[in-house]
Amino acid sequence: MTALVLRRGPVSFRVERRTLVFTAAAVLVILGLGLLGLCYGAVWASPAKVFAALSGSSGGSGVVIRDWRLPRVLSGVVFGAALGVAGAIFQGITRNPLGSPDVIGLDSGAYTGALIALTVLSGTSAQLTTGSVAGGVVTATAVYLLARKGGLSGLRLVVIGIAVNAMLTAVNSWIVLRAELEVAIAAGSWSAGSLNGVGWDDLAIPFAVLAMLLVLLALRSQATHQSGLGGEVAVTTGVGLERLRLHLVLIGVGCTATVTAVAGPIAFVALAAPQIGRRLAGAPGVPLLPAALTGAALLQGGDLLAQALLAPVALPVGVVSTAIGGCYLIWLLTKEVRRT
Amino acid sequence: MTARLTARDLTLRYGDRVVSTRLSLDVPDGAFTAVVGPNACGKSTLLRAFVRLLRPTGGAALFDGRAVGEYPGKELARALGFLPQEPVAPEDVRVRQLVARGRFPHQSLLSTWSVADEEAVAEAMDAAGVTDLADRPVHELSGGQRQRVWVALVLAQRTPYLLLDEPTSFLDITHQYQLLELLSRLRDQGRTVIAVLHDINQACRYADHLVALRDGRVVAEGPPSRVVDAALVDKVFDLPCVVVPDPVTGAPMVVPSF
Amino acid sequence: MTAVQAAPARPRSGARGGWLLLALAVLAAVAVLSLAVGAHAIAPAGVLRALLEPTGSSDDLVVRDIRAPRALLAVGAGAALGVAGVLVQVLSRNPLAEPGILGVSTGAGFAITIGSALGATTAAAGQLVLAVVGSVLAMALVYAVGRRSPLRLVLAGVALSSVLTGVSLGLRLLLPDVFDEYRFWVVGSLAGREQAPTLLPLLAIAAALLGALLLGRQLNAVALGEAVAHTLGVNVAGVRTGALVLITVLAGAATAVAGPILFVGLIVPHLARRVAGGSVPWLVAFAAVLGPVLLLVSDTVARVLLPVGEVPVAVVTAFLGGPVLIWAVRRYGAAPL
Repeated sequence: MTALVLRRGPVSFRVERRTLVFTAAAVLVILGLGLLGLCYGAVWASPAKVFAALSGSSGGSGVVIRDWRLPRVLSGVVFGAALGVAGAIFQGITRNPLGSPDVIGLDSGAYTGALIALTVLSGTSAQLTTGSVAGGVVTATAVYLLARKGGLSGLRLVVIGIAVNAMLTAVNSWIVLRAELEVAIAAGSWSAGSLNGVGWDDLAIPFAVLAMLLVLLALRSQATHQSGLGGEVAVTTGVGLERLRLHLVLIGVGCTATVTAVAGPIAFVALAAPQIGRRLAGAPGVPLLPAALTGAALLQGGDLLAQALLAPVALPVGVVSTAIGGCYLIWLLTKEVRRT
Repeated sequence: MTARLTARDLTLRYGDRVVSTRLSLDVPDGAFTAVVGPNACGKSTLLRAFVRLLRPTGGAALFDGRAVGEYPGKELARALGFLPQEPVAPEDVRVRQLVARGRFPHQSLLSTWSVADEEAVAEAMDAAGVTDLADRPVHELSGGQRQRVWVALVLAQRTPYLLLDEPTSFLDITHQYQLLELLSRLRDQGRTVIAVLHDINQACRYADHLVALRDGRVVAEGPPSRVVDAALVDKVFDLPCVVVPDPVTGAPMVVPSF
Repeated sequence: MTAVQAAPARPRSGARGGWLLLALAVLAAVAVLSLAVGAHAIAPAGVLRALLEPTGSSDDLVVRDIRAPRALLAVGAGAALGVAGVLVQVLSRNPLAEPGILGVSTGAGFAITIGSALGATTAAAGQLVLAVVGSVLAMALVYAVGRRSPLRLVLAGVALSSVLTGVSLGLRLLLPDVFDEYRFWVVGSLAGREQAPTLLPLLAIAAALLGALLLGRQLNAVALGEAVAHTLGVNVAGVRTGALVLITVLAGAATAVAGPILFVGLIVPHLARRVAGGSVPWLVAFAAVLGPVLLLVSDTVARVLLPVGEVPVAVVTAFLGGPVLIWAVRRYGAAPL
């Protein structure tokens, strides 16, 4: 197994060959999908036009590309990476491949907040955003505090998350049941998650928040991977496990809540991306970078399909990402069964 | 005889179950200390208290006179290396990658694979006899092979103090003695070794200092030749026996006498 | 270091039998209560009279034609979900499993969505049949993919459930009528089902309960691990398939009759385990009694909670079961779960 080792003075890095290949391939895929996303639309733009627009040409198509498609494409990449990373964090902490931010009740809590904004309040965009963030964060905090008796136990978090999730799902379905049909459908639409109509104004704050969270995560990435060795060996090799877990939970919640605030709950990316990424990269544990790259590609591809599948009707991206992610996971499972 | 690693009035509990009460102990530097005793007597718990896996409800585990809980994680991990009883490896990890994780206390954000790291891993794998398994996935190995990989991980940590909880588990007899010989060599090089051993004869043969525990209390401690006799074995293990000198090394050898 | 778990000791049979009788008595009491309570309260004596010596009075009609069928549904669905929960947890060796994770409700929901879009749900038994077909197909697929190990079974179930949910949501957002019908079905409820043809599902549930009792002994062996089960002469693959068929029938029928009801399948096995220990036949027996108790109590609460109208029973079970689960895991830790 060859690896690439770089040393210069006190700085040294080592990268496995397979990880390098995977990262390069993933970046290419993301760039390719990005280009496709910029070309595709009501009016197809050739790659030449896209490059012209990116380098600052004025004109109708330039505006469309820069102001409409570019924010959408970038949000696909950044949000996808954030969700993938959040999923990897929760799967690592709960030591469970089914772990996802939804485990801690974020998505269903956000939906409850959004439903309240839609049914009790007047459902403006600002109320929707505030409601969903508040709902998600309050729920996640409650689950975390309830699970925190005497140190954070992964299993206890999962169980309490299941309980809270079930209660909120029941409440949400009931609210949807009692609402008027149009309101219910609007809520359903929001709950599917969508990148429709995302513009630069919507992205300034979220991108800043996500950039900060991802940088913080990168600083803790070594310790995070070490904690995959299990609590005992991690502690005895010097990982401050309790504080690390708290930081990771905050980062994971922060990433998910930020994405949900802009795009609604996009299901399955956080669950599938780490598992797909880890298998493709051939890396042990639940590694963060493959999760981020896979998440970005998954969300981008999902958004493109969502736009193209039933054009000119744009499906919510959450529907597509769920379907793709789920099918791919099933396929991976059948492949594994045949191999063993 | 100096002792940087000590326990003072250590009281340890698992939930409601008290495991040891006011236990005091000095681990002699540069020596091979073996901890023996029947099941559930607190041997593992004692080691875990030293490496901060268990917080004492009374007393303290001290390193250089300071409670172990007060040290920054990596600093303590550069001094004390620990091999747990049933370690868990992540899926799909290969031997070389797993052993390399033992270098974590010496690494930082910018220095993730220095020359020292590379040498330590190679040396550790060689000492533990797993160099030819380097590229194999850990979960494909036998129990004994896996145990040796974990030993390599702890060796790669390059700590002056080695704490091992039943390191001979799963090993066949040859490898058991090879490991004990390795630990002896490390002691000769100046490191301090403290190991929980379930075979009292191995403890007698290899240890400079024997600690016998029962019900969370120290029943006896000292050089095996002075401390181990039939009365002690009966007191600690409820085992009637005869203690004779080992024909090869002269160390005390316990022979059950039912 | 891990001890092999011995099969549960025999001498406890007497104690467990006593508890079972007590549970049955509680069930009878709760059943009578559920028949007595409602928009129009009827004294227990009146309830018994209506059941045993009907005179055609309006009270009797309420009890016999409205409340009794509903109570019967609650008993059937409760027993089915409870026992299905036991089987799923034993089979997947995961104490957090419940029938839903194998794709029962999402399979049924998906089939109903498709059927509704095609106009097939206007027939009286339309929803029922679609739900059953959907659950069966979903669980068959999950089993085919995840057969090899408990973990894969759960993963396959989650994957398939997610796909079906996603596609179903997409379809519903495009077709408002389908959305409307689905949102009423998806919240499990026993209200208004008295007229639906529920005889067949209830019979199927009864047969499957019997099957579960008979299969119980062999499941005990399978729960000890494959290697041990083989040495005990048990056909592991056959028992697994049999258990999955039973789960499909039980969970599928319950979901078809009442819609998805969470938590009964998750909580009842744990309650049963407190009294029954680990022996599967006893777990099945207790689950078949405790499930109905839980569902009857929930349904009764569902009827009286609001001054006007009802709360769907699935919401009540979620809010009864959720806090109980949280309390239990905080008090006893996650280990005994």
